[in-house]
Amino acid sequence: MEPTDRKYTKDHEWAKLDEALAVMGITDYAQEQLGDIVYVELPQPGDAVELAQSFGIIESVKAASDLLAPIDGEVVAINEELVDRPELVNEDPYEGGWMVKVQPDDEAQLAGLMTAEQYSAHLKTLE
Amino acid sequence: MTEPLLFELTSPGRVGCRLPAVDVPEAALPGDLLREDLPLPELSEREVVQHFTRLSQLNFSVDTGFYPLGSCTMKYNPKMHEDVARYPGFTQIHPRQDESTVQGALQLMCELQGYLGEITGLPAVSLQPVAGAHGELTGMLIIRAYHLERGDEDRNTVLVPDSAHGTNPATAAMCGYRVVTVPSDRRGNIDAQELDRLMDESVAGLMLTNPNTLGLFEEHILEVAEIVHGAGGLIYCDGANMNALLGISKPGELGTDVLHLNLHKTFSTPHGGGGPGGGATAVTEELGPFLPLPVVARRETKEAGAGRLEYYLDYDRPSSIGPVSGFFGNFGVMVKAYAYLRSLGESGLREVSEDAVLNANYVLHRLKEYYDLPYDRFCLHECVFSGTVQAKLGVHTIDIAKRLIDLGFHPPTVYFPLIVDEALMIEPTETESVETLDAFVAAMRQIAREAEEEPQVVRSAPESTPVGRLDEVAAAREPNLRWMG
Amino acid sequence: MSSYIPNTDSDRARMLKSVGLDSVPELFEVIPAEKRYPVLELPPPLSEMEVKRLLRGLAERNADLDHHPCFVGAGSYRHFVPSVVDHIVSRGEFYTAYTPYQPEVSQGTLTAIYEFQTMICALTGMDVANASMYDGATALAEAGLMACRSTRRHKLIVASTAHPNHRRVLRTYTQGMGIEVEDIGRAEDGDVNLSHARQLLDDGTAAIMVQHPNFLGCLEDLAPLSELAHAVGALLVVSVDPIALGLFKAPGDLGADIVVGEGQSLGSPPSYGGPYLGFFACREKYLRQLPGRLVGMTTDSEGRRGFVLTLQPREQHIRREKATSNICSNEALVALAAAVYLAVMGKQGLRHVAELCYHKAHYAVEEIASLSGYEKLLGRFFKEFVIRTPVPPAEVHQRLWERGIIGGYELGKDYPELAGCLLFCVTEMNSREEMDLLVETLKSIGEEK
Repeated sequence: MEPTDRKYTKDHEWAKLDEALAVMGITDYAQEQLGDIVYVELPQPGDAVELAQSFGIIESVKAASDLLAPIDGEVVAINEELVDRPELVNEDPYEGGWMVKVQPDDEAQLAGLMTAEQYSAHLKTLE
Repeated sequence: MTEPLLFELTSPGRVGCRLPAVDVPEAALPGDLLREDLPLPELSEREVVQHFTRLSQLNFSVDTGFYPLGSCTMKYNPKMHEDVARYPGFTQIHPRQDESTVQGALQLMCELQGYLGEITGLPAVSLQPVAGAHGELTGMLIIRAYHLERGDEDRNTVLVPDSAHGTNPATAAMCGYRVVTVPSDRRGNIDAQELDRLMDESVAGLMLTNPNTLGLFEEHILEVAEIVHGAGGLIYCDGANMNALLGISKPGELGTDVLHLNLHKTFSTPHGGGGPGGGATAVTEELGPFLPLPVVARRETKEAGAGRLEYYLDYDRPSSIGPVSGFFGNFGVMVKAYAYLRSLGESGLREVSEDAVLNANYVLHRLKEYYDLPYDRFCLHECVFSGTVQAKLGVHTIDIAKRLIDLGFHPPTVYFPLIVDEALMIEPTETESVETLDAFVAAMRQIAREAEEEPQVVRSAPESTPVGRLDEVAAAREPNLRWMG
Repeated sequence: MSSYIPNTDSDRARMLKSVGLDSVPELFEVIPAEKRYPVLELPPPLSEMEVKRLLRGLAERNADLDHHPCFVGAGSYRHFVPSVVDHIVSRGEFYTAYTPYQPEVSQGTLTAIYEFQTMICALTGMDVANASMYDGATALAEAGLMACRSTRRHKLIVASTAHPNHRRVLRTYTQGMGIEVEDIGRAEDGDVNLSHARQLLDDGTAAIMVQHPNFLGCLEDLAPLSELAHAVGALLVVSVDPIALGLFKAPGDLGADIVVGEGQSLGSPPSYGGPYLGFFACREKYLRQLPGRLVGMTTDSEGRRGFVLTLQPREQHIRREKATSNICSNEALVALAAAVYLAVMGKQGLRHVAELCYHKAHYAVEEIASLSGYEKLLGRFFKEFVIRTPVPPAEVHQRLWERGIIGGYELGKDYPELAGCLLFCVTEMNSREEMDLLVETLKSIGEEK
């Protein structure tokens, strides 16, 4: 079961409200599929992120995947630790492996995302 | 690893090459600009030769074995090419010499342009691009220039099939285009309906590979051309797979407007471990004015002796996209391609493609009962299998590739094209004998059996190489890209 | 039948039977009938003996530098190539291998590239170097694109003293990318004009791009350019002559962020313009924006050292339209030649080559400038220099050729203000006798005026 304190997308990103900011990352399922993460390319603070558009790229040895934003907003902070330790995404996708903190344009967008329960059901359809 | 690095072999004071003493009065050196240290190795000539010879022995190569790397056309590279390309009249000429002093070189280039134009059905040719991707860039910039010259400034999109080489979308992006993917249909062709839907006035052109990366000829090629041209777009054809079509069909007669050739694939110039190559680019007469500067041309001499031809570099081409490399392209590679074409002629070239295609189909038919064949039809110069049956047994395509090494073969291209799971892309080329193909088929069948009976043997391969499977995750997470002692 | 195809008609018959067909043309029935089996109007096939004779004839219609003293450079240089180099690159194990995608059977190529990368870093003073680019011109163009990506800016200012054709290639490469390219003028002494650079520079500038020594042979002063660029957050891109780096300070020690150059001088002949070698190095912080292939060191499961292509997701075959470049094949074998050249020349040899070039070029310039009517222009130089001639350069050029000398590049085509000038080049290959012949010939040309 995925953590219930956050919302999910069908593309396997999560977003969690922390004070007024939305923290984003990828799910345990996503890191499992990607295998050993070797690099995470993140936006710069001040950049806009746009719903369902790429805000970064995550790389394994032989693949690169877009990180798709769960909501619209502006980047306030990025997880600098991932620069030297991309494996955090594998080891701790929901806490230490967070990627960006975003000032949401509209918090209501979060409500439209999947709950942990819905996401788990979605994962079952992929098996 | 069995061979130390140059930097481990170095010993202070050793010299590998002695040069003559200064034979002029010495000038004062500008002390403020001089470097204090030059951290290069110090080795004798004998040590250098031994080191690099030992390194060479760690390579698999066409000269040492069967190399069925799909889409790379690893055919035999005739030794004679190496000899002729080293004639001093070719290597020891300077690109800034007067044209009158390099007529042999210019004639060779001019004739090579003509031959490639004849083979492709696209008469205007530039030899300047030095690699396939470089030819693509040249070709796509030509398409861009063509639309702009017509005042057609809103075409910002390029269509690329999902089976395309990765260079295609990367090239389109380098020309400033947005890339939209066109799916393939169930027979491995471009989905023509989807193409028709996507094709409009915002599209500059379609980047097509034919035969495509599944080794399949595009069955609706004339319809595809009609759709693209009908909406004002142009067709770029990635000619990496031209080894299937020499004297069999001319891309220019199939609706192609721009095509690059890989001299280092189709025309048998060696790959060199990743270059130098040749990416000659051929276009329709209409697109000729946009070719890179300069183009080699010929005219009648102004001097007495009427009817004599002279060759020259034509810079008077105001619509050109500009030069794409420092001089005129990889001339040394052109010499080899020229020698190849003069050796083969029309009949020899046709034979190349016939045998390349027959060899690929022979492998296809002899392996299809052992490996999943996602598109079951006659292929052209290469065939693509899927390792999904073996993957279910816990043996993946990467394992099959590594096991082939132990059995004495270079692996096929793996995990490409992306639209085939666990892909194995096999291109035997025409220069392999039926006995070699039989031996390869036997090895592939053995691996299929091993996958069922003793998968661990396949998964632990290779055992016979100087190093086993290398830790690529560590290499990427903490890159060590130069020797730091 | 071509000798490169082993299968005979009886082999084919057996194979066709296995495939289930009666004839080879049936394999091609997927191609529209009216477009199948076209006529190719090509010359008839020739035997190996005939091809060699034909090619020998074409080669002999070229005036080669083995028989003609050469004093032209301008982007292509005749340096001594020890026999070792060609013997190594002529080994089939190297030249008939593909890109080393299967590391277990490619350790030879991979190790040599790692050594090449290391030596390019040593020469340039940079942290990382890639496996090669096509040539010096495209390396400069890719450096411009990389500077724009790294800074997210869209303007490049380029020294007009950089190679004119390299600047043209930069414009070709940037034409679809919405990147503005502006030329920085030249100062009196032949260096880039610093105050003009300052005027053009703004906070939208991605890089200052210069060549050192520059196209006119002059040694640029890199430190102030680095200060200018870095003050506005732009990068300093330097294109260098690697032979000069045997003698002169590494650009990395003078503030360069990206160093590129033409590596043909390192073990490859002029070959009428190619194959050449682009080298490309940068500071570590820009590693992820680097175009092209990289080889890295790692270990296998038993702890044995080995080399692999690494950081591949930057490249086209993985990141597709988001790749750092579309480059795939590069100039691996020419990079191998450069690695062998640098190994055999070594620490002492490369410096010696550079000193020979320097001393001989300075001898030649003194002698020429002492002739009546000839004038040396511009400031400090390495192996190329600008001479104003008493008769039009085209005529000098022609008259030199009448004596069998290939000499001088006419600058007027690229620099109208230098229309009366020739750019000469002297390397270690030019003997004193050759230089004296050049001087004597120039003297008589001047006197006959």
